[in-house]
Amino acid sequence: MISVADVRKVFNAGKANEYIALDGIQLDIEKGRVTVIKGPSGSGKTTLLSVIGCMARPTSGRIRLSGVPVEGVPTDAGYVETTSLPERFLTQIRRKTFGFIFQQYNLVAGMTVLENVMLPAYPTGEPYSTVRGRAEDFLKMFGLHGRLEAKVEWLSGGESQRVSIARALINNPAAIIADEPTAHLDTKLSSEFMDMMGTLNREGRTIIIASHDPAVCESSVIHRVVEMRDGRVVR
Amino acid sequence: MNSRLEVQRNILDFTLSSLLRRKAKNSILILVFTLVVFMLASIIFFTNAVKREAVAVLKNSPDMVVQRLSAGRHDLIPSEYIGTIKEMKGVVSVKGRHWGYYFEPAASANFTLVVPEDGGEDGKIVTGKGVSRTMRAGEGDILPLKSYKGEWVVLAIKGVLKSDSELVSSDLIEISEKDFRKLFGISQDSFTDIAVTVKNPKETLTIAKKIKESFPDTRPILRSEVLRTYDSLFNWRSGLLLLIAAGAVFAFIIFAFDRASGLSAEERREIGILKAIGWETSDVIAFKFWEGSVISLSSFMAGIILAYFHVFFAYAPLFEPVLKGWAVLYPEFRLVPFIDPFQIATLFFLTVLPYTAATIIPSWRSAVVDPDRIMRSQ
Ligand SMILES: Nc1ncnc2c1ncn2[C@@H]1O[C@H](COP(=O)(O)OP(=O)(O)OP(=O)(O)O)[C@@H](O)[C@H]1O
Ligand SMILES: [Mg+2]
Repeated sequence: MISVADVRKVFNAGKANEYIALDGIQLDIEKGRVTVIKGPSGSGKTTLLSVIGCMARPTSGRIRLSGVPVEGVPTDAGYVETTSLPERFLTQIRRKTFGFIFQQYNLVAGMTVLENVMLPAYPTGEPYSTVRGRAEDFLKMFGLHGRLEAKVEWLSGGESQRVSIARALINNPAAIIADEPTAHLDTKLSSEFMDMMGTLNREGRTIIIASHDPAVCESSVIHRVVEMRDGRVVR
Repeated sequence: MNSRLEVQRNILDFTLSSLLRRKAKNSILILVFTLVVFMLASIIFFTNAVKREAVAVLKNSPDMVVQRLSAGRHDLIPSEYIGTIKEMKGVVSVKGRHWGYYFEPAASANFTLVVPEDGGEDGKIVTGKGVSRTMRAGEGDILPLKSYKGEWVVLAIKGVLKSDSELVSSDLIEISEKDFRKLFGISQDSFTDIAVTVKNPKETLTIAKKIKESFPDTRPILRSEVLRTYDSLFNWRSGLLLLIAAGAVFAFIIFAFDRASGLSAEERREIGILKAIGWETSDVIAFKFWEGSVISLSSFMAGIILAYFHVFFAYAPLFEPVLKGWAVLYPEFRLVPFIDPFQIATLFFLTVLPYTAATIIPSWRSAVVDPDRIMRSQ
């Protein structure tokens, strides 16, 4: 589904503090599977996820998406090359193709749980009531139906994460991208999280997780572990 | 199209709940904004209404007033001038007028004394509302005035003027011709000035020239000139106020710009989140645009409405000392409500527009930043 070819990401290119975060990544991520990207701190996991998820552009190399049409982009070739798309298509891909779960959850403080979940759907122009119904369903599924109107800063870590999962799902994405999702969770919540990923995977979603947490890497839910070191894939 | 509307509706919804999050901060902002608009709008409403009022009053004044000058100063005019002017071609009527000022030391107020066209009733006067108020004297009361010799002239108030235009009539006392002469020691054969009515307004200038030739010591004053003088007087006074107001606006713009241009780390992070979860730069800008519009438009409306009440229903208490007062009395008068759309538009462009721009520009800068930043921000 995602094929990464020769991707390099260089920060501060040409300056004294030049840093090569990704150094010729070659990687294929299969559709409908759970892939974990593992590696020591600083190895480039977050950077790789952000170029795959169209949050940032690589310095060179290309990334192709196949099997997921992008509105307004011809798919005669059978794939869409995200690295050569203009910005507005990247926004669309972030909105519709990928759902993101961030390490710090990145919820909007001061707003309710429900509003946070609905946020990614606002610019789609889908009617408010439809989106709201779907958001409520997800939150019910995650055991948060009593907290729809709660402000997100009142939530516990586990609850915050479930809200951020619901938010990632609201536009029904083909893939879920999660960066260090269990960093702030205890072992019980971590394994609950992996179970949830398993469920989403059985629904047909592709899942990509960056983590060095054994609770993730050794979970029975995952299909494949990709190991990174110093900006390269080593296994 | 429909879904685009839905997008804007959703973003507006989000904006409103976003604004509610920072109630205290946004309330202060709206308060300051409202105050500035209120001040400016009050000035505009007030000066305009007063100007219109003065113009309306002057419309009923004679085409030409002839004064005599002596040593460059306004002096009494002899009654024999009247006969000569009456003979001139194109002149319909010529009337000698009496008017003057009377200083009342007890109230330290200046009254304008006028002999009405019908000559008035001896021993009786009609007063303006301001005079009655200042002297605490109404219909049926006695009002003694001190003559030029220091003797008291006792006058009975037979009525109080109902004012169409209180600005002009407030400090007025209508007095009989005989009493007027007694009070000021004016001889039988002179007047304060002469009012001339002309058949054809186009001939006014020619007649004025003729009068000046016959009586080189006179000065004919045309109504159009008076209008212009009033106009510049009001412009000058309101100009002073506007200068003060401009200072306030300037301070406000700096305040607004400072607030808006310095996006807090919190706000920047939020914009990053929105972009990361699929908001386009244009959506983020729309959000900030709505934010700026909601604040500035609501303040603008509130300011305009408050100013309207201030000027037209509460008698503009804040401005009276500055704008009125050719007498010490401050007439308490009800202006005819009047709004000039052009001036409202100007005010709009001076307040709402710069504020909204000041909120959009910085968010635009941060909205074009790559969203991957937030994946690392702690
Ligand atoms: N904007 C940037 N400018 C300069 N260097 C950067 C920037 N972003 C990331 N880096 C560097 O790139 C390297 C890879 O960072 P990245 O966040 O991808 O690592 P990671 O594998 O996710 O680490 P961790 O496990 O600690 O999250 C790090 O050494 C980091 O300092
Ligand atoms: Mg990382």
